[in-house]
Amino acid sequence: MSVAIIKYNAGNVFSVENAMKRIGQEAVLTDDPDVIRAADKVIIPGVGEASTTMKFLREHGLDNLIRSLKQPTLGICIGLQLMCAYSEEGDTECLGIFDEHVIRFKSIEHKIPHMGWNTIRVKDSPLFAGLEKDPYVYYVHSYYAQLGAHTIATTDYVQPFSAALHKDNFYALQFHPEKSALVGEQILKNFLRIF
Amino acid sequence: MLAKRIIPCLDVREGRTVKGVNFVNIRDAGDAVELGAAYSSEGADELVFLDITASHEKRKTFVELVKKIARRISIPFTVGGGINELRDVAALLTAGADKVSVNSAALRRPAFIDEIAKNFGNQVVTCAIDAKHEHGRWTCYLNGGRIPTDRDLLSWAKEAESRGAGEILFTSMNHDGVKQGFACDALAQLSATLGIPVIASGGAGSMQHFEEVFTKGKADAALAASLFHFKELEIPTLKKYLAEQGVVVRRDVAAES
Repeated sequence: MSVAIIKYNAGNVFSVENAMKRIGQEAVLTDDPDVIRAADKVIIPGVGEASTTMKFLREHGLDNLIRSLKQPTLGICIGLQLMCAYSEEGDTECLGIFDEHVIRFKSIEHKIPHMGWNTIRVKDSPLFAGLEKDPYVYYVHSYYAQLGAHTIATTDYVQPFSAALHKDNFYALQFHPEKSALVGEQILKNFLRIF
Repeated sequence: MLAKRIIPCLDVREGRTVKGVNFVNIRDAGDAVELGAAYSSEGADELVFLDITASHEKRKTFVELVKKIARRISIPFTVGGGINELRDVAALLTAGADKVSVNSAALRRPAFIDEIAKNFGNQVVTCAIDAKHEHGRWTCYLNGGRIPTDRDLLSWAKEAESRGAGEILFTSMNHDGVKQGFACDALAQLSATLGIPVIASGGAGSMQHFEEVFTKGKADAALAASLFHFKELEIPTLKKYLAEQGVVVRRDVAAES
């Protein structure tokens, strides 16, 4: 099986590559459209700012490429946010795979960014097979996708938000499975089993 | 609920941990990668690796070590020690660190925080502050607590936040190494003043001290070194205790049994 991790101007893209190796899966970090199209699985990783990463995807033609993918595709953190319709961060029109909107946490009593380990409440999805009830995962973010029709997991911070989204072959996680110890590894292994 | 974090801190010199003893299952307690992995499987929420190598030349060893840690460990980790320039930060992040901790360099040149935040994001910058309570105020110190400055803890922490720090790691020099508990009053004041997470450091001697630092001290995370390294306290035992006291922690039931 081949896994392509999309290389773009987001930070921390190597950590997903490392996590793949830990679960015994080779993955290639690439911005080559042919390699991405031919891969069995595609991952859009990263930590970054919405408007600059979206601009990069457009300029490199990766926006249309991602939308056209038919194989299981997983967005992580900023990857999830870019797959939504719109982000408040930099007033950015995103890929529109999910019609959910991304907005900033607003709170006086809660610290922002939402940083650390929090629980997810999951719906029935192959992505979450074999997990214990309400497992902890690692988050670092200041923006979140609102709840919507594609929400398959929620976390409560300030208010409930989309911890994970799913539509057709597209999956996305707001938290970092590559930094979420055994729970994260289980979710990544589950993703690799989806066809 | 967002869990309170427990963070072991490992001192590394020339690629090897300085204090690392008594882990039964690892062959080499001086191996930072092995020690970090052992803490991770015990349920540590994050790790901090502090490079205390004196010579600049040998710092390259640390970057190599960070690469190995990133390949092996599946929880977030922060690296610190001697980070003075943006290219130090870039090298460590590229090697796979999740965050960098800056201390003296930021006090000497506060704009360094802005630069890191602007280039790599706020979440990457942990501003570490060593402060000592003396003459009725908390004075910030440089160079591992050797040189006093004219800055006080609260105003410097606030400035660091406004410049883009994602977290504050506060070590009380009065409490560090004494094992009589954390500086809960100062921590509570910091936490109430700041909108970013506060990591407490210095003073951990018992499980009760951790409970106090989260309840009284309002800290978001607590860091300790020797207490964990010398097996005076094990993370599964600590987390079980904290959960029983009503503190929200991420528990790994397998590690506790």
